[in-house]
Amino acid sequence: MEPSIRDSIISVKDVYKSFGKVQALQGISFEVPKGTVLGLLGPNGSGKTTLVRILTTLLQLDRGTATVSGINVSEHPALVRNHIGLAGQNAAVDDNLTGKENLELVGRLYHLSWSTTRKKAADLLERFSLTDAVNRTIKTYSGGMRRRLDLAASLMGQPEVLFLDEPTTGLDPRSRAEMWEVIKELVREGTTLLLTTQYLEEADFLADDIVMIDRGKIIAQGTADQLKARMGGGVLELRIVDKNRMKEAEELLRGLGSGPTQIDEISNHIKIPVCDGSKALVDAVRIIDNKGIKIADIELRKPTLDEVFLKLTGQQSR
Amino acid sequence: MSYNQAQSTHLAKQSLFWAISDIVAMTKRNLLHYVRVPQLLIFSSIQPVMFLLLFTYVFGGAIKTSAGSYINFLIPGIIVQTVLFGATQTGVGLANDLSKGFIERLRSLPMARSAVLAGRTISDLIRNIFVVLLMTGVGFLIGFRPEENIGRLLVALGLTVLFGFAFSWISATIGMLVKNVETAQVAGFIWVFPLVFASSIFVPVQTMPEWLQSFATHSPITVTVNATRTLILGGDAMPDIWRSLAWIAGILLVAVPIAVYRYRKST
Repeated sequence: MEPSIRDSIISVKDVYKSFGKVQALQGISFEVPKGTVLGLLGPNGSGKTTLVRILTTLLQLDRGTATVSGINVSEHPALVRNHIGLAGQNAAVDDNLTGKENLELVGRLYHLSWSTTRKKAADLLERFSLTDAVNRTIKTYSGGMRRRLDLAASLMGQPEVLFLDEPTTGLDPRSRAEMWEVIKELVREGTTLLLTTQYLEEADFLADDIVMIDRGKIIAQGTADQLKARMGGGVLELRIVDKNRMKEAEELLRGLGSGPTQIDEISNHIKIPVCDGSKALVDAVRIIDNKGIKIADIELRKPTLDEVFLKLTGQQSR
Repeated sequence: MSYNQAQSTHLAKQSLFWAISDIVAMTKRNLLHYVRVPQLLIFSSIQPVMFLLLFTYVFGGAIKTSAGSYINFLIPGIIVQTVLFGATQTGVGLANDLSKGFIERLRSLPMARSAVLAGRTISDLIRNIFVVLLMTGVGFLIGFRPEENIGRLLVALGLTVLFGFAFSWISATIGMLVKNVETAQVAGFIWVFPLVFASSIFVPVQTMPEWLQSFATHSPITVTVNATRTLILGGDAMPDIWRSLAWIAGILLVAVPIAVYRYRKST
């Protein structure tokens, strides 16, 4: 075995998968070292879920190799299942069972003894702040509680590798923050995690390494900082009071950014990708003010996923 | 890869024990639904009891049978109809699990692949036992009197639920194919209807037109009902019991592998 594979707990090599004419994955390769978090970032339909389903043995790959815990997923899917936990996009819990019953069912199906199952279920329910809802059926749970229970279920088998497919999609900001805390704690304990997300900030907050995919291909790969540096760090966005001077303002600001400036006709905003955000902000205000143009609104923010894709692929992601 | 080999042998040794454990866990989960949503059980009991009452009092007077009373003729037949209609719910239950992503989680677990299907068909078998006992009880209240001993009655009830179990596997196959609750509802039911009525369940086959008779006489349903009827009302039941058991074995031999194959392939 090559050393790189031995150190990696997930190894994906040149994986292809198509559904009929749709090429879902077109040669994906990456490694996930033990105890780290990989964020798989991409828009809807980019192939994230397909990849997770291949790694969790739910789907066969067409070409290439994928190993989890050193076991080839196409050759020994049954063995792989002993090492993994999966929490999918729609919380896969049984509505008519209580929280406790759901976890105990999954524990038994992971082939834990009854005593371990009971203990583990009680621990996880407490840890995910579901103690009050132990004996309530899932029907009565909120969206955030369901997701937490789903995550708890995926941990019943004490998996070496945890797969979370869009763990916070559809959650309100508060539930999302709670979910992040829970995940962050798992990471602190050394769980190897592969997480898919559509949110740049989520990958940034939770992941050590980020793989960005679009249309089944990897378009960028690296740490959050490395990617951000490539993206230019941030976006300076400003709106001026007099609409007729938009063009003039835009021309004045051209040299400032790390990429081409953009005028958004609909919202009357000028967008400038910037590296050193605060310096660019001060400069922009000075330049515009010198010409007597009044600023209605100015904001320095992180790039959105769309902007990142625009920068990396030169095309709108959606 | 000695690690993998050791792991494989270990798994193989314990696989039977765990397969049974998985089936028990899944069966328990399915049965808990009846505790949590009692309406499920109430409605799956009301319909057959209603059938029993309607047939007895509406058609009973008009149908002439060899049995002493129509209710005595009807009970051995209608319990078979009940388990067949009950069996159509197997596919619906599976389609429901498939549509909610619950099976997706199960498929990522190191559990036996057959346990999802077996757990479903076995919990439906248990529900069918309950409903068949209930039907027999209601039958007693409205005049059903078996002409043979209780042992033969119990064999008849046992054969009936076993027959329903075999049909549950056909239903499971349909559920895995259509994957949609509403479609499973219709697709699972529609083919059972003609089978149930073109049989000896409600009327003696001899009263049917000849072309239908030749079909009805050889239908597995008629064979099974003839077995239960002879068991309950008297006579040599062995030939029909064997024929019925042969049908049950045949159906299971074909339907179980197809259903398990569909489950493995399902995404």
